[in-house]
Amino acid sequence: MVYQERNTWSGLVVLVVAIPIYVVMVLQRAGGGPLEEVDWAPLMLGLIGGGIVGTIVVSIVWGILAGMRDPETAGRSDQRDREIARMGDQVGLAFSAIGGLGAIVLCALEADPFWIANTVYFGFALAAFVGGIARVIAYRRGLV
Amino acid sequence: MVKPTRVANEIRALRAAHGDMTQAELATRIGVTRQTLIAIEQGKYSPTLELAFRIARVFDVSLDDVFSYPSDTED
Repeated sequence: MVYQERNTWSGLVVLVVAIPIYVVMVLQRAGGGPLEEVDWAPLMLGLIGGGIVGTIVVSIVWGILAGMRDPETAGRSDQRDREIARMGDQVGLAFSAIGGLGAIVLCALEADPFWIANTVYFGFALAAFVGGIARVIAYRRGLV
Repeated sequence: MVKPTRVANEIRALRAAHGDMTQAELATRIGVTRQTLIAIEQGKYSPTLELAFRIARVFDVSLDDVFSYPSDTED
């Protein structure tokens, strides 16, 4: 597995772990009451920061372990990696746009900031997830 | 579903004809990872024109000797 594919997997793993944690924490803090009353901002920002740090840590640890086995792939990337990354970004972009569009609609409806922020957030999360899956498929099945 | 490329290549045969050159050695000489070379050999990745020329140059052959593309009548 090449360096960039490991990074893609690291991001996916962290995302799959982090999103349910966020949802559970929001629901716990709401305690059955209205979700809009949850102090969501520190949770969301903490999760975004934690997700970035977590992805970097997982990538580094995985990279060190993989580098011991195959030093050639420890940190190298090439043309194929760049093309796969670009394709993943394009796939993910559509889902970011859905989040953005949803936020505009919610703003027009004067929805609570909780829903607007979470719509944008889940749009980004979905974009990262779908883009990551597209990258992994390209690495495994080919990009022609 | 990813469509397989119609571009065929003779890289494996050319490596064998050049002293059983390893994938790692060829990959290093053309400046890609071994995984990318494997993907090219297996038809899972179509290299750029520049990369294709680099591969041909390593074996000192023309591009046509490395890559081929079926004509419409072969469909």
